[in-house]
This record gives sequence, structure tokens and C-alpha cells, in this order.
Amino acid sequence: MNTTTKYAATALAAALGVTVLAGCGSDDGSAGSGASKGSGSKTVTLVSHDSFNVSKEVLEEFTKETGYTVKTLKSGDAGAALNQEILTKGSPRGDVFFGVDNTLLSRALDNGLFTAYEAKGLERLAPDTQTDEKHRVTPVDTGDICVNYDKKYFADKKLAPPQTFADLLKPAYKNLLVTENAAGSSPGLGFLLGTIAAEGEDGYEAYWKKLKANGVKVVDGWEQAYNEEFSGSAGGKKAKADRPLVVSYASSPPVEVLYADPQPKEAPTGVATGTCFRQTEYAGLLTGAKNEAGGKALLDFMISKTFQEDMPLNMFVNPVVKDAELPELFTKHGEKVDTPPTVTPEKIAANREQWIQSWQSLVLK
Amino acid sequence: MLSLQAATVRFGERAALDAVDLEVADHRIVCVLGPSGSGKSTLLRAVAGLQPMDAGRVLLAGQDQAGVPVHRRGLGLMFQDHQLFPHRDVGSNVAFGLRMHGTGRAETNARVRELLELVGLPGAERRAVAALSGGEQQRVALARALAPRPKLLMLDEPLGQLDRSLRERLVVELRTLFQELGTTVLAVTHDQGEAFALADRVVVMRDGRIAQEGTPLDVWQRPASAFVARFLGFDNVTAATVTGRAAATAWGKVPVPEGSPQGEVDLLVRPAGVRIGAPEDGLRCTVGVRTFRGNHVTVRLLPENAPVLEAECALRDTPDEGAVVGVRFDAAETVVLAGAATPSGA
Amino acid sequence: MRLGLMAVPVAFFALFFAYPVTAIVGRGLKAEGDWQFGRIGEVLSRPDILDVLWFTTWQALASTALTLLIALPGAYVFARFDFPGKQVLRAVVTVPFVLPTVVVGTAFLALLGRGGLLDELWGVRLDTTVWAILLAHVFFNYAVVVRTVGGLWSQLDPRQEEAARVLGAGRFAAFRRVTLPALAPAVAAAALMVFLFTFTSFGVVQILGGPAYSTLEVEIYRQTAQLLDLPTAAVLTLVQFAAVGGILAVHAATVRRRERALKLVDPAQTSRRPRGVGQWALLGGVLLTALLLILLPLGVLVERSLDGGDGPGGYGFGYYEALQSVGAGGSSTFLVPPLEAVGNSLRYALVATLIALVVGGLAAAALTRRAGRLVRGFDALLMLPLGVSAVTVGFGFLITLDKPPLDLRTSWILVPLAQALVGVPFVVRTMLPVLRAVDDRLREAAAVLGASPLRAWREVDLPLVRRAVLVAAGFAFAVSLGEFGATVFIARPDNPTLPVAVARLLGRSGELNYGQAMALSTILMLVCAVSLLLLERIRTDRSGEF
Repeated sequence: MNTTTKYAATALAAALGVTVLAGCGSDDGSAGSGASKGSGSKTVTLVSHDSFNVSKEVLEEFTKETGYTVKTLKSGDAGAALNQEILTKGSPRGDVFFGVDNTLLSRALDNGLFTAYEAKGLERLAPDTQTDEKHRVTPVDTGDICVNYDKKYFADKKLAPPQTFADLLKPAYKNLLVTENAAGSSPGLGFLLGTIAAEGEDGYEAYWKKLKANGVKVVDGWEQAYNEEFSGSAGGKKAKADRPLVVSYASSPPVEVLYADPQPKEAPTGVATGTCFRQTEYAGLLTGAKNEAGGKALLDFMISKTFQEDMPLNMFVNPVVKDAELPELFTKHGEKVDTPPTVTPEKIAANREQWIQSWQSLVLK
Repeated sequence: MLSLQAATVRFGERAALDAVDLEVADHRIVCVLGPSGSGKSTLLRAVAGLQPMDAGRVLLAGQDQAGVPVHRRGLGLMFQDHQLFPHRDVGSNVAFGLRMHGTGRAETNARVRELLELVGLPGAERRAVAALSGGEQQRVALARALAPRPKLLMLDEPLGQLDRSLRERLVVELRTLFQELGTTVLAVTHDQGEAFALADRVVVMRDGRIAQEGTPLDVWQRPASAFVARFLGFDNVTAATVTGRAAATAWGKVPVPEGSPQGEVDLLVRPAGVRIGAPEDGLRCTVGVRTFRGNHVTVRLLPENAPVLEAECALRDTPDEGAVVGVRFDAAETVVLAGAATPSGA
Repeated sequence: MRLGLMAVPVAFFALFFAYPVTAIVGRGLKAEGDWQFGRIGEVLSRPDILDVLWFTTWQALASTALTLLIALPGAYVFARFDFPGKQVLRAVVTVPFVLPTVVVGTAFLALLGRGGLLDELWGVRLDTTVWAILLAHVFFNYAVVVRTVGGLWSQLDPRQEEAARVLGAGRFAAFRRVTLPALAPAVAAAALMVFLFTFTSFGVVQILGGPAYSTLEVEIYRQTAQLLDLPTAAVLTLVQFAAVGGILAVHAATVRRRERALKLVDPAQTSRRPRGVGQWALLGGVLLTALLLILLPLGVLVERSLDGGDGPGGYGFGYYEALQSVGAGGSSTFLVPPLEAVGNSLRYALVATLIALVVGGLAAAALTRRAGRLVRGFDALLMLPLGVSAVTVGFGFLITLDKPPLDLRTSWILVPLAQALVGVPFVVRTMLPVLRAVDDRLREAAAVLGASPLRAWREVDLPLVRRAVLVAAGFAFAVSLGEFGATVFIARPDNPTLPVAVARLLGRSGELNYGQAMALSTILMLVCAVSLLLLERIRTDRSGEF
């Protein structure tokens, strides 16, 4: 064994050794003290999807108010996270689950995932919020899935951006829209449901036939649609993307501003407010929770002003309570979407698979 | 020291060791001699405990070794191709057994030095094993096996891979060394020269059984069977019918010593007992290939209607190739082989 | 003794693989306690499922053929030629193998998509065509062929071919009759590994194929994670199991054939500088392919991580600096400082590596003395996790490891455990050939000298396989470093690894998020490349296929 080899081996061994030590240190602090010790303890465990996000200060405030410490578990995207809860029904990993939306709500409720609890402060909910009468779940946020447009493209072409579902069928917007696979992507499904809400259960198929004829492109997920195909995004610009219309969120333009350096005066993208579908995300107390009292306190806290006002800049969603104020970024760069037509969770539950299948055979084949 | 009682090892149907009884007395050198496949390596492995036995017992200094694992038997074993640890240097190889026995560092170092001197490699401790010549590896392997002072040292084809001159020199060195140290040795080899030079006693094996056992001189002078004779390198073996002091063979009548067994037997005529004379005198043969062996010549003789004969003659008496000669036999150099007769030419 | 060695790996696989996977399949195929095997027929007669099966199979075959076609010349060049930067290049071509597909998709689109090289040069766009999938599979698996085949090729004595030439064989005839037969098992083994990896391809197909293409693996993910249609998922898992089992059986047979082959020589003696126009052209061609196919997509990631960092149009380290500031300013749970993500990744990878080494090392030690069909069966069994979807394992964990003392569902250890499942086959594959090459009589020599079996293993086997162990460790490490599927599924307290952090950043709009995702990907690439380079330095001559 020559010297270089020896050196390399030693270096690798040393690197491994150091990380072991580093690992042990940080681990004891965060991960180790789990919910498994939790019954009657001061830890409340929140299970959510990967997009869940909250400021640390806000969680600290919760601890100060109630004495409970929040432990967060994230497991995959919204669908996967919910399905994992359904699989572990009766022996849940946590106390509260956050992140089931109106497109999947019935699946959660039919499976009896949640124990009813009427959170304190529900009277402050905005009037058009979709709620569950039995309070098995508590609405926490709403978000609108809408077509975004690249402002520069339409300015350069001196073309008015589309505003409604009907606009998207116009020849002027041929080959401009990219959307996501409704079978796997949450915004993709939202957009499909939006067209069903707008065009009716009888009319949406005809609508999609025309949309396809007008050159809609379907990619698998939001990341590709937004970062690779949409000309208005930072990634799209680098990828020389050529579609100025994308199915995304109403909050995407403010986010474009927030995460630019330096921040532009005006968002580079806009929202076609007549193409939206509203997603409402709910949280609920898991049946079989080890720390029910803590879970209830957490649900109360999630519709508190503190938590609700923290959400927009962390998850880019809208609060559901009237007294929560939107940050300036949203009021300045976001566009106000009036309550769009919707489809009830029951109807979605009953028809989701059939709608997706017919959509697939219409659009993908 | 070592006693084997009815030791039996089977590989499937075949018995590699078939009820072998063997004794090795203290301070003696016993050599097991046999062709490959005769079971001699299996014998060593069974003694070492590397090969479980199907029946029989191994006793070391009177202790039954059943259930004693290899590493507690306190033996030394030198492998055929040495099996030095390639990732250790010479000194560390020699010290291995001492370390395993928990010998202290100072004592280990002293013993390693002593042994390397003993095998003629003083100061070789730090040398890499891969850089050693075959003979040096041999010596290191020996030093390694001797270092923990084994009760019994076993050698598997100890000189097998070395060249001839080195082998001849080493075998003498080894014998001297073992005698000085008083080591009890059990060696196996297929080379009769090695066995005879090294051993106090020779054990010839065939198909898992002992074919003959005795002092080198005994075995050399009176091979017990055609197999042993042929294995010792004698080719003039043929079926014969002995009547009185004469044997009827394919080579004609051959005189045999007094008191030889009678009837259908195998007969050995040592090359030295084949006397070459004038063509009209005795068995007519054509002279074939001649091989010079230093102080004598081995001559192949081709009789007209009989198997080839080998003769040994002095340099000056050697006939030319192609010459026609006559052959007579010397009774003092013929041996009637005990045991069942084998078909001639077998 | 042997059984003792086997106990740990058998227990590990029973508990963390067989049990969870059986449970999740059982959940899908059992109704009121009875197995519903009729469901298999139902699912397998659905035309959409048949489409998926057909596509999965033919794209895997096509990808394998294409990979061999492109990578075999590479294997030859790496085996037989000396050129500057060879070691670095060999490490670099291995980087894709351990990169998360999220990142690779992005990089690859830059080659084949709009504005990509092909588009610029000839106006050809291959994104969302099956060609994109096939080429990306080549990109991923190039290293598998180069390392497996090239590794053996470099140890074949060129004098054998020369001997054939002297005996009157032409250049091609000599290759066909001497080298090719010697190489065939390695080629077959490489081909089967590539087939296995592409048959179970997930991210590449999702990102590059668009919604129109779906493999079994994608469908299993969809049916399990999104639709919770466990019966269909169970049937598909069984189908994939059967297919992968078949592939592995063939693979195991060819690997065995290869192990008892050939007298090999030191690779250092077989390579030399290329001579003549033909050889230089071959070297050039291979380097160009590697450049276009592998370096270019990787380079795109680096370029994008630097582009625009310091204001529009300029290049700089702005995105990397932005990563630095995350910890100080933003106090949310979304992002952690990149150093912490690197730390998390290293920590998970390290624990996974340790588990993989212990389990794989014991398995390899037990399998060393090849005996019985049972042992060989276990050998193949160890490879099965490579062919089982992360979502199947992850969801299986959920419904099985839920009772004390094994309530591990919320424990961080589950992530390295799942990663170790993938690492173990690599460890076994790397260590086994070396261990089998250790002469049993060395162990006997140690035993006769007084070493107990354990001591003999420590004194003889361990020093001899130490380098192989390091190589194995490095691979297990790199694989866990890039592992995404299990890491994202298994619920964990919030300490994202690099791939998870990259995926999160890509899941948000905004220039800084995108740039930081590219920057983190570059860091991940560097961490991978550095570990692989260190491995290159200590690569054993006899190390197995990877």
C-alpha cells in the first residue's frame, strides 16, 4: 500500500469518524426524544407532508402558551402522507395530522381517521371557508390553483393575457399552456377540478378536447412544468422555456418576488384569476392519539392569529380566519381571487377516479 | 507422542483414510509416502483437526483429541505452499503463533530472532514475504511452525516446490535441525528420495491404507508389494511363478534368493541385478535409451517378446544404443514380493 | 459458526425487508383473512396494466442494449489505455449513478430538451420522447458497464490475445475467440444489472418520459402512495418481484461462472498509452461520448448554480452565499443551513453504511465458503431489495414496525435502515469475490498456530479484505447519500438530507430557490465525487462489479 493510498484511507476513515461524533451530538437534541415516550408528556406530534413549514418563533410561542413542545414528522407529498395515516389508522404516529385538502378529504373521513374536536376560535373563520359540520377536521389554510402567465411574453407580443377558462381555448393562446398530470400532481388535479367546476360535469370533456386541440402540454409534475417549461420562472428562463402559461398557484408571483435578489418592483408573472380552483387544507386530531389534550391545543393554535399570519410566507397559502392579515408582499404582488366555483368533497370522492381516467384517455393518449 | 487408531475419513463413497493405525514416537521423524490421492494429506488434516473423522481416534501424548479444536491442539503444520500471511512481514509471520499463545513481546522478539537464525535467515524480520525466494519462504514457514514449540510438527510436502539441488540440501539441513531440537515430526511427501533422506520410519500409503511401514532401509530393500516397488521407482516388476530357487517370468527363468515364497507371485529385479553380456548369453535384448546418472548409466533393454527391462551398469561397460546384448539375472538383487500377484504390466 | 454468521443478516432481512413487504402485499391481497389470488388475474388482464408491463420490459431491453453499445468501448478504453485524468474521469462517470433523479432530470433536459445541445445543433428535441428515457438510462448506467466489464478487462492478460495472434488468428478473430469468451460473463452480469436498474426505473421515466410513459415502478408508486389501491399495488409488486427474481437468478449464475474463471493479472500492467490513429480515434470517441453524455448534463447543473448569482447575466457564487444566509435570517423549519443538510446527509449515510457493512460483511463472510443451494439462494435474496420499490418498503415499515419494542415508525433510524437495504447488496457484491479469493489454508495455518476461528478471521480475512471493505463502504455511503425514495417517504423529524432539500427547493417558485437547488445539487455532486475519488485511490484489484 503506497503513501497516497494510506493517506486517502486515513482521510476517509477520519471523515467518517468525525461525522459519527457530529451526528451523535445533534441527534440527541432533536430526533431522539420522540413521541414514543409521549403519553401524557409535554410533546405533541404533528404529522404532515413535506411542504409543511412554520417559523420556529411561532412554535416557541405555542410552547410558552401551553407548555407543549411540537415535534414535526414529514413523510412525502400530501397524498402519500395522508395514505400513510390511513394505513396506520388506530395506531397513529402522531397526535395531529395537517395537510389533507378538499380533494382528498372524503378519503380521510371515510376511513375514520379523525376524532371530532371543535377548535376554539372557529367563529372567526372567513365566511366562504369550507368546513366539516361534524368538526372532524379544522380548516387551516386555502390556496388557489390558477394559470400563471409570463408578463414579459405578453407585453412583448402586445397580447392580453388570458383571464378565464374560456380564454385558454382562443387561437391566440395556442401552444402556450403547460399543465401537470392530473393523475399524480396536486395542481394538475386542481386544474382539472377547476374546469369541471366551471364547465360542469357534462361539459369538461368537451372543454379538454378543445384545450388539447389548442396545444396544451402535459408534464408529470409541478417542478417540471414550472421550472422547465414555463418561461416566466427563473428556472424556465435558464432552460429557455417557451410556454408563457402554466398551471401553478395564485401565490406564485409574490414568491417570485420574495426569492429574487435584488427583489423586483413588480412580479414577473401574473395570475389569470378566472382559472382558479380553491384548495382548502385541513388538520385533524388523529384517532388513537397519545396526547389528545396536546393535539387539541395545537389545533386551537393552528387557527390562532399568530399561526395564521405566519403561514403565508412559509407555505404561500392564505389564512382562513378573518382577523389574520396578509403580508405586504401578498397584497402588493398577489392578485385577489374571488371565491371560485368549486366541487364538494363528497362529489370529488365519488368521481375522482373516473374523472382522472377519462381525462387521461382524453389528453394523454 | 501421536497415536492414530482406526482413523477413518470418507468423502462420499470413497474412503480417504481407511482404518489407519499409526504411531509416532517422541523425537522421531516419520514420513508418510504415497502418490497423490493416497490419503496422506487427509491424514495430516485429521491429526490437525482440520478434517473431521468418521471413525477412529487421534491421541496426542495419550490424550484423545476428539472435541479439541484445531487451535488448541498445540501442533505445528507446514503447508505445501507455505501459506505465509501475505500482509505480514517475515518477523510477524514467525511471531504469529507466539502472539496467539499470549507470549510477551520481549520473549517473542527474542524467539523470532533465534528461529530466523536457526533457519539461516538472520535479521530478516522486516522483509516482505512477497520478496522472498521459494527457499527463503520455506525457511520462514518452518520458523513460523517451530516458534510456538509444537508437540508435533507436521510437514505437508515440505520441499515440494523447490528445485532439485535446493531440495537435496534442505532435506539434510532439516534432518540435522530436527535431530538437534529433538522435534517429533510427521511429514508427508510423494517424493521417495525426500522421505528416505528425512525419515527414521517410512509409511507408504495407498488408497487410504498403509501399504508398508518400516525403516527406510527395510522398505527400500524389501518392498512389500508390486505397488510399493513401482512407487519406489522400480520398473522391473513382473508376474512370476516361483518353484524352488527359480521363478518363471516373461523374461525367462530368473533365480531368486533362498527361502522365497513359492507359487504365483510378483517379482522385482533391481536394475543392478540385470547383468549385460554377449548376445548369445541369456535373454536377447536390443539396447534402447541410455540415461547417464553420474556414476552409472541406466539402460533400457528391449527383449523380443517380453516387457522392457531396466539395467544399471558402470560407465565403461555401457553398450551402445541399438546393440544386441544378452541378459542374465543376479539372485541377490531379486525380490519376491509378498501379497497377491498383479497381472504383469499393471 | 456459519449459522451464527448468517443469523444477523437473516434477521435483518426478515425483519426489515421480508416482513414489511409481505405485510403490505398481504394487506392488498387478503380480504377477511383469505388470500385473494384471483385479484392477480383481474389486475393482469387490465389493458392499461398490460401496457405498463410491455413498456417496462421493452424499454429496459432497449436501454440495456444501448448502454452496452455506448459503454463497452468505454470499458475497453478505461481498461487498456493510459491517459491523463483517467482516475478523475472514472470517478466522474460514476457520479450520475448516485445522483437523485430529480436533479438528473433537470440536467438531462438541458441536453435533450429545448435549447439543449441537440436543439442548438440540429434542432432536434428528444424530451418527452422515449429516446430521452433511453439516453438517460445510458447516462445512469454507463459506470456500471465501465466498472464491471472494464474491471475484468483490465485484468485479462493481453498476452493471451497475443498468443492467439501468433498462432495465426486475425485481430478480430483473436478478440472474438480469446477475449470475448473471457469477458462474456462480465458483460452478461453488467447487462443484467443494467436491465435490473432500468426495469425498476422510476424518477427518470417520470421526469423525462412525461405522463405518457409509465413503468411498473411508477405504477406501484402511483397505486400505493397516491391512490392507496393496495390490491393493484400488491399484484404489481408480485409481478416485479417475479421479474426481478428471474433477472437475479440469471445474474447470480453468470457471476458464479465469472468467479471461477481465469487467471488474472495486475491491471497496472495491461494498460498503456494508445498507439496509432485507430487507437487515438477510439480514445477520442469515448472521451467525447463521456463528455457529451455525462459531463455536459453535470456541467449544466454547475453552470446554473453559478449563473445569475450576482445579478442578472453575471456568474458568481450568489446562490451559494444565499444558502449560507438561510440559517441566520430565515428561522423556519423549511430549510436548514446547507452545512446542516450536508451534515444530515453524511450522518444518515454513515449510519446506513455501518449497518450495511455489518450486515453485508457478515453475510459475505457466511457466503465465503460456497456451499449448498440454500446459501446460494440467500446470496440472490440479498439482491432483491434493489428491485423493490421504496414505497413498498416504506409503507410496509409503517404497518409492521408499529408495536414496541419495534415501534420505529417515528425514529430516525428507519431512514438509514431503509438505505442500508440498498447498500447491503453492494457490500456483499464487492466483498464476496475478495473473500472467496482468500486461500482457505491461510485460515487453517492460523488455526494450527493457535488462532480461534474469530481470531483467524480478524488476523487473516480482515486485513486482506480491508481495501474491499473500504470500497464497499464507499459505495454504500455514496448510494445512501443520493438516496431519495425512502428518505422522503419515511416520516422523520425535520432534518432534511441534501436530496430532500434539493427537492424542496425545486418545489417552490422563485429564482433564489431554483438557484439554491442547483447550488445544493452541485454540493451533493461534489460530496459524491470526492468520496468516489477517494475510493479510486484504494480500489482493490479484485473488487467485484461496482
